[in-house]
Amino acid sequence: MAQLIWNGLFVGSFYALVALGYSMVYGIMKLLNFAHGDLYMLGAFTGFAVLGAVGGVSPGMALPVLLGVMVVTMAVTGLSGVVLERVAYRPLRGAPRLSLLITAVGASFALEYGMRTAAGADPQVYPVRLGGTSLEVLGARVTVQQVALIVVAVALMIGLNLLVTRTREGRAMRAIALDPRTSALMGINVNAVISRTFFLGSALAGAAGVMAGAYYGKIDFLMGFLIGLKAFTSAVIGGIGNIPGTMLGGLVLGLLESFGTYWLGGEWRDVFAFGVLILFLTVRPTGLLGERVTERV
Amino acid sequence: MTAPAKAPGARRPRHGTPLGRAVTRLFDDKWAGAAGLAVAVLAPFVIATPYALSVMTSAAIFVMLASGLNIVVGFCGLLDLGYVAFYAVGAYTSGVLATRLDLPLWATVPVVVVVTALAGVVIGAPTLRLRSDYLAIVTLGFGEIIRITANNLEITGGPSGIYGIPGLTSSPVVFYYITVAVVALAVAGASRLGRSRLGRAWRFVREDEDAAEAMGVHTYRVKLAAYIAGAVWGGLAGVLFAAQVSAISPGSFTFLSSALVLMAVVLGGMGSSPGVVIGAVVISVLPEVLRDFADYRFFLFGVLLIVVMLLRPQGLWPHRSREAGS
Repeated sequence: MAQLIWNGLFVGSFYALVALGYSMVYGIMKLLNFAHGDLYMLGAFTGFAVLGAVGGVSPGMALPVLLGVMVVTMAVTGLSGVVLERVAYRPLRGAPRLSLLITAVGASFALEYGMRTAAGADPQVYPVRLGGTSLEVLGARVTVQQVALIVVAVALMIGLNLLVTRTREGRAMRAIALDPRTSALMGINVNAVISRTFFLGSALAGAAGVMAGAYYGKIDFLMGFLIGLKAFTSAVIGGIGNIPGTMLGGLVLGLLESFGTYWLGGEWRDVFAFGVLILFLTVRPTGLLGERVTERV
Repeated sequence: MTAPAKAPGARRPRHGTPLGRAVTRLFDDKWAGAAGLAVAVLAPFVIATPYALSVMTSAAIFVMLASGLNIVVGFCGLLDLGYVAFYAVGAYTSGVLATRLDLPLWATVPVVVVVTALAGVVIGAPTLRLRSDYLAIVTLGFGEIIRITANNLEITGGPSGIYGIPGLTSSPVVFYYITVAVVALAVAGASRLGRSRLGRAWRFVREDEDAAEAMGVHTYRVKLAAYIAGAVWGGLAGVLFAAQVSAISPGSFTFLSSALVLMAVVLGGMGSSPGVVIGAVVISVLPEVLRDFADYRFFLFGVLLIVVMLLRPQGLWPHRSREAGS
């Protein structure tokens, strides 16, 4: 039982980290960035490449090196997100939603199969594993690496939340989410803020990618597809566009999956997750912490 | 050039170069469908190797899929990213019935229609009230659910799928002609649906849902109708697929396939029946021609989706509205 909860919280924190990017982008420009999961994949591969360039890492240095790599990766995926927005999404900002969604699907495809041609179709093995000794906490086996990853994830989320709620930049983002046109009239550079939002969301996805690579040990070019779906599910469960809600949603989805796997078996885990998504959208489309929206866009 | 007989009462937008207008008139012409059918019928007389026939049959089935998705995405503006789920439901229903109950394949068709329509209702009814992008991601999840379910159930044969599905005929040429006939009917049917009263309601919903609602269109019911029609088209294409390959497995129904069908619809021109047929033929035949580029294929598809949306959002062969002044 304690093990199930712990596993759920651990996976959930990954989901939450990826879901934040979804949620931020959705909140600010009402776009489902289908390519978001693939930025996570890009992060995992960038981390892989950087680690390969660094060379052999002694097990004792694994965590600090990994954190350094994570920072580099966040910069790379963040910039990729900015480029993606600039090239594929910005020109279509006034276009029908359908066009924008289809572009996003195209971007997702281009990233996945671009990576396939660049890195090959076979899974790659991460050079650095966080060797951890396991501890016994309340009957659950907890490894040090899990704790380290959760701490990093939580730190990133707290940082993001502070940024959005306490800074000028965050205020600009919230203003645009409410009303882009009026924000522009009030002197906010809407394009710049959207770019920065993409940077932040994509950087978080990249960080999650590196963490997943170091934890699971294997990466492949399609790894972003499923996690993208899961992240979106998390965002919906918590309330898309709402940052604390998204974090909560990630944890809830992680827990649901953990228990679902226990009850139904691992092969039904994803079916269970998407079933929950459909159920949630039917019953409470605005999520646990979302406000009821009456306007139709 | 000798323009074919002009359809009475058809007013067309007067703009563009004379050549452009002539091309437009040609594209608009009601004989375009007959010409396409003639090409499909004559193709085996040009090349009839088993390989060519199988490619052509697959292309025809793909045309059917695309014309089904065109009802949902093109006519009604609902983005479905899990469209092959219905294809899978059709293929599996038909395959399971045919192999377990020893039914001939054609006898499973009524069941397939009912089951796929039900599948359309099951996924459409709870989600069609939602915003379109939620629908997109729910359908994506639905596609995965169907694939994983087929992968895990015993009756569907698990990962190895179902094999030994009886074909409709032993001759590949005859089967090709059966397929062409069914697909032609399906395309014509979809096209006529698109021009019917219901089809006009679909377009209205696509253009402006709130206005449609205000004008008395029951948008929810209309969207559900589009969804069910698309599901049935996909399911029937699945039966043809099962008959063609005689063995189906979950690997044939991935998100990749859904994305390719969407690609065909977008490339050809959403809402335009001839355009979608051309788009589907291009998407299904091009990879056979460009075998050398196999590794770049899907990357190019992705880039192409973006480029088409940026430069030519209406597709290669756009729908021309009969109502003037669009």
